Amino acid sequence: MDIQNHLAKDGQTSIREMIQEKRKKRRVKETFEKLIPKFLLALAMVSILTTIGIVFTLLSETIEFFKRVPMTDFFTGTVLKPLSQTPEFGVLPLIMGTVTSSIIALFVAAPIGLMSAIYLSQYASERVRKIFKPLLELLAGIPTIVYGFFAFTFVTPLLREFIPSLEATNILSPGIVMGVMIIPMIASLSEDAMSSVPNAMREGALGLGATKLEVTRKVVIPAALSGIIASFVLGISRAIGETMIVTIASGSTKNFTLDVTQSMQTMTAYIVEVTGGDASTGSTVYYSLYAVAMTLFIFTLLMNILARKISQKFREEY
Amino acid sequence: MDQAQEQKITRRINFRIVKNKMASGVFLAATLFGLVVLAMLIYRVVADGIGWLNMDFITGKLSTQPERAGIMGAILGTFWLMLVVTPVTMFLGIGTAIYLELYAKKGRLQAFIQTNIANLAGVPSIVYGLLGLTVFARAMNLGNVALAGGLTMSLLILPIVIVASQEALRAVPGFLGEASYGIGATKWQTIQNVILPVALPSILTGAILSLSRAIGETAPLVVIGIPALLIPFPGSIFDKFTVLPMQIYYWTIDSSLTAEYANLAAATIIVLLLCLLLLNSAAIIIRNKFQKQF
Repeated sequence: MDIQNHLAKDGQTSIREMIQEKRKKRRVKETFEKLIPKFLLALAMVSILTTIGIVFTLLSETIEFFKRVPMTDFFTGTVLKPLSQTPEFGVLPLIMGTVTSSIIALFVAAPIGLMSAIYLSQYASERVRKIFKPLLELLAGIPTIVYGFFAFTFVTPLLREFIPSLEATNILSPGIVMGVMIIPMIASLSEDAMSSVPNAMREGALGLGATKLEVTRKVVIPAALSGIIASFVLGISRAIGETMIVTIASGSTKNFTLDVTQSMQTMTAYIVEVTGGDASTGSTVYYSLYAVAMTLFIFTLLMNILARKISQKFREEY
Repeated sequence: MDQAQEQKITRRINFRIVKNKMASGVFLAATLFGLVVLAMLIYRVVADGIGWLNMDFITGKLSTQPERAGIMGAILGTFWLMLVVTPVTMFLGIGTAIYLELYAKKGRLQAFIQTNIANLAGVPSIVYGLLGLTVFARAMNLGNVALAGGLTMSLLILPIVIVASQEALRAVPGFLGEASYGIGATKWQTIQNVILPVALPSILTGAILSLSRAIGETAPLVVIGIPALLIPFPGSIFDKFTVLPMQIYYWTIDSSLTAEYANLAAATIIVLLLCLLLLNSAAIIIRNKFQKQF
């Protein structure tokens, strides 16, 4: 009787314990399940923090810069002499260099990229496409420093054969090489845009007796125009932010000119020059770095937003 | 229809066909242009550099004398840099992607994070360099060591890793998750044991491709201030360091003074491109070999 009682009691407690233990385990599991999304959200916040970090650092030092150099002098000045006895901080020479090199790049990349996209999406057989496309993408995978080397040691000497007045560092050669660099980007984005034009439209035109060229010109390109233009804008944005090619091949002369045979400095190259030198923290030159970077940041941000707006707004729905 | 008119039409059709053929040739030529430049670039680099590429060059120390210079220091620097970048980007990138694809409710916050990532992907690399200089090197007082460079580089390629991982997760068929829920698994168990293993090959492919971007990137490190001086081999992530692209940069700009530096730069480019080729091949092999078809 005593033993039985004991057993029963023991049995009861152990079952109760088991249940409690099970509950506890489940509670741990449930809290764990609830914590995971919070933890992952914290990881996702790193990208937000990065943006805040970029905007905050650029903004705070830029404000400090504008306390020393009036904003109008910076944005309308055509002379940039940061290290002279009487320093002048006009950003226009840098903007000129940046815009000129990007336009040269676009002149190279837009027609060639678009024509490559037309060839790959409209003319090439599946087999040819499978060989050409990865090869073209190799161009996009080559580090920009290698392009810089190529521009400086090969393209510039080559161009000098045709244009003897070309300087050893000039804006033309890096502009062309940047164009080559963004060909795959424009080609692949335009190709995507053209491939998403429904086949029924293409076949309709072919059925009416149009040649492939006519179908491309009058049906496919108009239908894919928003995507194509967006790819151009993104290409320019890439060229504006590109650093090493222009730093190596265009030198550091702060020319305010439209003569592409001369050395011109871009915004990115200026940042490299100033950080590479010994601009002491707190000097006006040091702060000018952030003002230029801020200008560059806004330029590329606007371009990227514009590209997104173009491809969203004018997208034809089929 | 009279004969003259018929002839006119035939001529017109022939003209259109010829025009189409010519255009096709022009388009092909444009496509080949990029490939020809690629071939010229590679030929140029190999012709300049192959004669200088030997074991002494790879294992040697930096030197001001071109004949004695080697790039072991830069190779080690690249290694330490990657030792920081790889875990940081994988952890943050995959974590963010899981949150955005599998946890976040479609709404303002999710859209905001997504737009923010798209915008970050378009920020020029040199701006990340300034962020790294200001925050990691100066404010956190790390100096221009591999850790500071690696963290900067991680932020730079993070958007790419996130987007690639998101695409990989999105490609996992829904019925796999449903089946897992059906047998009573919790959400995290499903992600950990079902969804992630299936998506992993694509995630890794994307991650490797982004890492190869970081290996070739120069601009942010120039801004952080990698010394052009001769420094001892880096032994940890807290040492001053240089990397292959930085060495190419310094040798290229000095080549107008000493012509042999151009050869050294070309030889270093060969080493860098071989590294990238190796990584890319690994990515393709992983994708082809381990990707499951459903």
